[in-house]
Amino acid sequence: MARGSVSIVIERCKACGFCVEFCPSKVLSLSSAFNSKGYHPPHAVNPDKCSGCDLCGMYCPDFAIHGFRTDKAAAAAAEAEAETEATDAR
Amino acid sequence: MHADPIGVLTGSHFMDGDHAACEGAIAAGARFSAGYPITPSTEIVERFSHRAPKIGATFIQMEDELAASIAILGAVWGGVKAFTVTSGPGFSLMMEHIGYAAMTETPCVFIDVQRGGPSTGLPTLPAQGDMMQVRWGSHGDYEIIALCPNSPQECFDLTIQAFNLSEMYRVPVFVMMDEVVGHMTEKVVIPHATEIEVEPRHFTSKDKSAFQLFAPQGEEQTPEMAMAGDGYKVHVTGLTHDERGYPSMTPETQDRMVRRLVTKIRDNASKICLTEEHDLEDADVVVISYGITSRVAQRAVEMSRAEGIKVGSLRLITAWPFPEHIIRALAPKVKGLIVAELNLGQMVREVERCAGGKCRVVHVGHAGGTVHQPEDILKAIEEVVR
Amino acid sequence: MSSSLCSLTAPANPVEDLLRTDRMPHIWCPGCGIGTTVNCFSRALIDSKTDLSKLSIVSGIGCTGRVAGYVNLDSFHTTHGRAIPFATGLKLASPDMTVVVYSGDGDLFAIGGNHLIHAARRNVDLKVICVNNLTYAMTGGQTGPATPLDVITATAPYGTYDPAFNLPYLVEAAGAVYVARWTTFHVKQLARSMAEMFSKKGFGFIEIISPCPTLYQRRNKMGDGLDTMKFYKQMSKTKHGAPTNEVGLTKSGEIIVGKFVDRERPDFTTMMHAYLNQRLGDDYIPAEAPVCS
Repeated sequence: MARGSVSIVIERCKACGFCVEFCPSKVLSLSSAFNSKGYHPPHAVNPDKCSGCDLCGMYCPDFAIHGFRTDKAAAAAAEAEAETEATDAR
Repeated sequence: MHADPIGVLTGSHFMDGDHAACEGAIAAGARFSAGYPITPSTEIVERFSHRAPKIGATFIQMEDELAASIAILGAVWGGVKAFTVTSGPGFSLMMEHIGYAAMTETPCVFIDVQRGGPSTGLPTLPAQGDMMQVRWGSHGDYEIIALCPNSPQECFDLTIQAFNLSEMYRVPVFVMMDEVVGHMTEKVVIPHATEIEVEPRHFTSKDKSAFQLFAPQGEEQTPEMAMAGDGYKVHVTGLTHDERGYPSMTPETQDRMVRRLVTKIRDNASKICLTEEHDLEDADVVVISYGITSRVAQRAVEMSRAEGIKVGSLRLITAWPFPEHIIRALAPKVKGLIVAELNLGQMVREVERCAGGKCRVVHVGHAGGTVHQPEDILKAIEEVVR
Repeated sequence: MSSSLCSLTAPANPVEDLLRTDRMPHIWCPGCGIGTTVNCFSRALIDSKTDLSKLSIVSGIGCTGRVAGYVNLDSFHTTHGRAIPFATGLKLASPDMTVVVYSGDGDLFAIGGNHLIHAARRNVDLKVICVNNLTYAMTGGQTGPATPLDVITATAPYGTYDPAFNLPYLVEAAGAVYVARWTTFHVKQLARSMAEMFSKKGFGFIEIISPCPTLYQRRNKMGDGLDTMKFYKQMSKTKHGAPTNEVGLTKSGEIIVGKFVDRERPDFTTMMHAYLNQRLGDDYIPAEAPVCS
């Protein structure tokens, strides 16, 4: 099970290839799809290898991708949901 | 709002125009100056460097006028009132940042103690050769306000006025002194702080999400101000920008925003313009002057009145915006307008333009180096009425 | 109640809060490294827990100068070469403010060179981030003071024959207390250096070698942004504390990176206060940070 995942803002991507090249786990590859500007955004071809290190996020010149730890994200989401429930109950 | 007493040297002083201008700036609330030495303005900042550490102000001598003219703008956005001083060659170097101040609507004051030019010219001798430059020196369309003191007392009073106008209209304001006014020593009365009206900066109290740094307000067509560090996350750029301050490089924004830089001053010219007028109602000829030349013109007018000539005088206390309405009204009623200035023809062009051919316009001037003789102006007066 | 991973909503990029997202996409080219430096900058701010309401960014003119317009801070896009004196005025008026100068090689070292050396001489407390793409990119890729020898540019169509400044050497000689260089490949080190610089008083300087694929690399047939990043990876050598006179750049040679200078010297404001206190005693009233009325 992957420890991490990536979130891609497809329309911002300019297909520079930094994230693909410098991902330490070779998770990404440029896809054959393209955004409205004609660039091929990346997609996760090895999602299971993603550690959520966010190096892709640091490299991206276009703020089009970032990585996150799924366990932390789940915990944060659970916490947020619990808070919402508590507020609704009041 | 009244002046902060900490900066006000209440009392009767015998001081020169440069020193009086410095005191005026301090009384107006200036707490930052960045300067570069240039004759005959240097004494203003030398005095400020003395006074600053005792009144909670900061002075820094920068490496050139390019640095000085923008350091003051940085200080303004840091929340203080700031000014710099210079003369011709330095003034030329400051032009880019004058344009930047106009474009970003940064309230600030520049004091130009004019000397003989062009170029290095006559560092220690007077001229009034920067009058068109102060209006048009930077590139593009914008308007500024320029005041011309004719005595050390006015150097004090008009410098305060300059700061007040800069805050009212978020515009760079200029005090156009000259070497004689700067170096002449006269009585200067500095009133009590409670008698000095000071315009505070019009900081916004709007909500962070609602405030727009370049959205005009009221008759002044001037936006409210903000400062760095207050949570407004201001964005200030010299690029053509919209009301939020974000670059918006389209012809529509250009016209809307740049036109307002001009109209905020032009539409309020009658409120801003200050003149001293004598005997205009039945005059056959009117002498127009400003700065040190007005002192000589005063003598020439007295001499010609003694000869029975119906001569009036108009002193431009504000050179810019130019009091067009006064000239347009006056020209059809007189035989001639005489413009006495220490240059080869600068403000006279404005007079000619506004007179619209309805009367003669005569220039009396030379390239600088010394003040006029009253006889030069008298001769022109006599010639016009003949 | 826990969410299933399949329906997990990705958390927002923490950097988004630091950007003026209403102005995205930005103007920088594909493969340009400036955005990468802004990413590192944002992460450095987040990691160092800097109070963002007390941080201003001042930039000059050029591609890097556009950074001020994209960050969600008090930001000032000033005139060409004059970010540093503007920043000096801002810092002196607002002493509690952290003032970052973010600009390019041409802006800081050609037209702005005089201001740079004087601010370093005075040790004004400014954090200078210099993105060095070895050219005047915005105007079309002309020769700059950092352009190495034998490089084709828009104004040197046969190749440059005037030598470049060695930026860390110059800034150290002028008096900076923190001097480092990284490339846009060194994202982690860069963010760390930036955070380090933010918490150090005095004139700090970080040079970041960055690709300009559209102009510099293209004219010199050096490939695109990714090729340049791989070149940085291959040719960089980390040498902390290297003598700065030895870190000059060439067209295709070794790139020495690292933290070169980290020394102590009282900053300008500290000196000013100490002196005036000593000379004037109780008569000295230091300027206070203004409060918006």
